[in-house]
Amino acid sequence: MGGFYGAVVVRSFRRYATYRMATVAGVCTNTVFGLIISYSYVALWDQRPHLGGYTEAQALTYVWIGQGVLSTMALMGGGFEDELMDRIRSGDIAVDLYRPADLQRWWLAADMGRAGFQVLGRGVAPVLCGALVFELALPSSAVRWALFALSMALGALVSFAIRYLVALSAFWLLDGAGITQVAWITGLFFSGMSLPLNAFPGGLGEVARTLPWSAMLQIPADLLLGQHRGTGAVRALAFQAGWAAALLAAGRLLQAVATRRVVVQGG
Amino acid sequence: MREPGPVAESVRVYRLLVGMWVRSTMAYRASFVMTALGNFGGTALDFVTILLMFSHIETLGGFTLPEVALLYGTTSTSFGLADLLVGSMARLGSRVRDGTFDTLLLRPAPVLAQVAADRFALRRLGRLTQGALVLAWSLLRVDVDWTPVKVLLLAVTLPTGAAIFCAVYVAGGAFQFWAGDAAEVQSSVTYGGTTMLQYPPGLFARELVRGVTFVVPLAFVNWLPVLRVLGRPDPLGLPGWVDFLAPAVACACCALAGLVWRAGIRSYRSTGS
Repeated sequence: MGGFYGAVVVRSFRRYATYRMATVAGVCTNTVFGLIISYSYVALWDQRPHLGGYTEAQALTYVWIGQGVLSTMALMGGGFEDELMDRIRSGDIAVDLYRPADLQRWWLAADMGRAGFQVLGRGVAPVLCGALVFELALPSSAVRWALFALSMALGALVSFAIRYLVALSAFWLLDGAGITQVAWITGLFFSGMSLPLNAFPGGLGEVARTLPWSAMLQIPADLLLGQHRGTGAVRALAFQAGWAAALLAAGRLLQAVATRRVVVQGG
Repeated sequence: MREPGPVAESVRVYRLLVGMWVRSTMAYRASFVMTALGNFGGTALDFVTILLMFSHIETLGGFTLPEVALLYGTTSTSFGLADLLVGSMARLGSRVRDGTFDTLLLRPAPVLAQVAADRFALRRLGRLTQGALVLAWSLLRVDVDWTPVKVLLLAVTLPTGAAIFCAVYVAGGAFQFWAGDAAEVQSSVTYGGTTMLQYPPGLFARELVRGVTFVVPLAFVNWLPVLRVLGRPDPLGLPGWVDFLAPAVACACCALAGLVWRAGIRSYRSTGS
């Protein structure tokens, strides 16, 4: 069956690769926001060097990694969840449930194809643009890049698992617009997109760093920037894997409950 | 420019369509409240970011928190107003792509009014409210010797800023007749622009400030008038009277946007699907 889901990944990748103009437009937006945030960080780190344990170059690298992973982690939506919610609302989900494919694994495969395309389509270009304008602290060590890649994959799993839970809520809520919005606001804030979680003050920072959203930007960025080394790096990856496993299991549980609900409605 | 006849007709059609969408929104009141609160919270996030920054520093680019809040409040209120009024223009690209734009062309009503009111989203009141609250707070805290000129300048800034953003929306909408799939380029000017205007202009590279002064004249939305109110020089060293040009710039922008819109609609060829 691995071949089957593999095919879904490839098809989904191709589907997103079709929208070339949209991808170029997205890179343009990411670059503009990257520039604006960079200049505000320069002003901030000018007055507080080493804020959050970053040098200015590291803080700027963080900004551009953030712009690069924004669409991969679907932090502002744009993933599969709207489509799944539509299918739940319209009742098409009943057809999906009769198919000889597991619902969660199917959408996971589709979302991994999307994420894979976004890394190439909207991930690399903004970072290159940022590197042209600012002095970034991108590492030359292959180990750090490998850790970053692994961490990105785990982050994408966490991102999927959260959005899967959000999408399944459509079984109970008539209108998913509200909860989708709440989900992306929370995600943007607690992933460290607006400010590195290391620079969050006091208790807020401690809470933010233990929530699953930190797996989407803060941890991958810190692994690339060399903030976690040795056992620290292993701990960081384990933290991501733990959240991914827990949230995927929760999705499975909710799916089972929700599926029973469909049968009840169908009767 | 257009004659008064069609303009009055556009306004009438716009109001009718907005009324219809508001009634349909109010059919699901709980959902409206939730999405409006979400809109409020989502846009408040960038002010929270500024607050978090100020938990580490006293001034940003030489500006105190109330001064940055004044910049934030003016641009967010103006942009919130424009976003509420014509934010639906951003949907034009998807209508061009899926071919449903043809339906609007067939109706005996001004197309621009129809597009501007398309799925009018009352929840965008959330952004406007949030901007206005920050503006009110900043006015209470900011250290300014108020004169009648300064009060008038600030009062005029809000509607003229909104008009400039509206012009960007309309021109961006027209751009989608050619680009088709590039709604996000428009976002980089509208959302990106308003984010930039929330910070003191001195933070940014000179070329970037020049770009938002002379190319897309966003600097007239709030930077130039607010710098005058705060009694600070602008980083480009423009002559003082330029600070009062915002209404003229807004009129020029709207006229230009109207021309671009006409050219765009003339070049439109249906997808045929």
